[in-house]
Amino acid sequence: MLITGTRKGIGKYLVEYYTAKGYQVVGCSRGTVDYQLENYRHFCADVADEPTIKQMFAAVRKEYGRLDVLLNNAGIASMNHVLLTPLQTVHNILNTNVVGTFLLCREAAKLMRRRGYGRIVNFATVATPLKLEGEAVYAASKAAVVSLTEVLARELAEFGITVNAVGPTPVQTDLIRSVPQEKMDSLIARQAIRRLGEFRDISNVTDFFIRPDSDFVTGQVLYLGGVS
Amino acid sequence: MVEKNQILQVIYDAIDEVNAPLPETRRLEKSPETVLFGQGGQLDSLGLVNLVVITEENVEDAFDVPINIADQRAMSQKNSPFRTVDTLADYIVMLLDENL
Repeated sequence: MLITGTRKGIGKYLVEYYTAKGYQVVGCSRGTVDYQLENYRHFCADVADEPTIKQMFAAVRKEYGRLDVLLNNAGIASMNHVLLTPLQTVHNILNTNVVGTFLLCREAAKLMRRRGYGRIVNFATVATPLKLEGEAVYAASKAAVVSLTEVLARELAEFGITVNAVGPTPVQTDLIRSVPQEKMDSLIARQAIRRLGEFRDISNVTDFFIRPDSDFVTGQVLYLGGVS
Repeated sequence: MVEKNQILQVIYDAIDEVNAPLPETRRLEKSPETVLFGQGGQLDSLGLVNLVVITEENVEDAFDVPINIADQRAMSQKNSPFRTVDTLADYIVMLLDENL
């Protein structure tokens, strides 16, 4: 299993969760991680940097010979009014969230294709269907992830690879640390189930998508908290 | 400097793999002149995808360097490197000469 964005937050949780379940997990983030786990190997890699990602996949292929699951968790956000959003921020968000997701899907699918089996889970967000003010670029980047998910599901179906996405609500991570409390309260008020998300809400969905029995489930986006 | 014959062999190995599930009448010939894609080509788009991906892996195994055959240059060239086995080999030799 390969998980991106594993330095902290949801990614780190997923590493702990799946290594505890017995998975051999490979992860990456731009920097090193401050933890070590049996069955976990870390790569320092920017998900949008093609040569580094190709090298990581070459190492995975050489060492493990296969890849069954990709969890495309790496993502960045920036809460800003559109009139105050620097262009560099737009490039950064699109690079990590869209280019990174694309690149990882492409390289993972090459490796999964050989065995005719693969499970890819991309990360969307409720900010897209909620049309969240202040998150224009983030929401747009994740809308692109949804489109990628839906089209790749069709392109990769003949290789036995499913591609789905989970759309978390805000979870208490660094990603939302800078969001004012009243903004967070009003966002949560728009969910059917009004609470912050928890890490286990996300692994519950990824568990479902990556099950071998979920081989007839692809191109789906599952938003948490009753958001649609 | 990479020998073109080495690359042709790498592509032939990939052709063996692509051919394996095909009936004899649809199998690709292991020759530089074999037309892969475009007019007179013997592969459908999925067949080309498989051949390119397997060739990429074979190159990686043989030379210990990851390459991306379907890069921007390949896609924008007037004469596609995916036209024949020979043009594909030339393109891979060029990529490896740049990367080794």
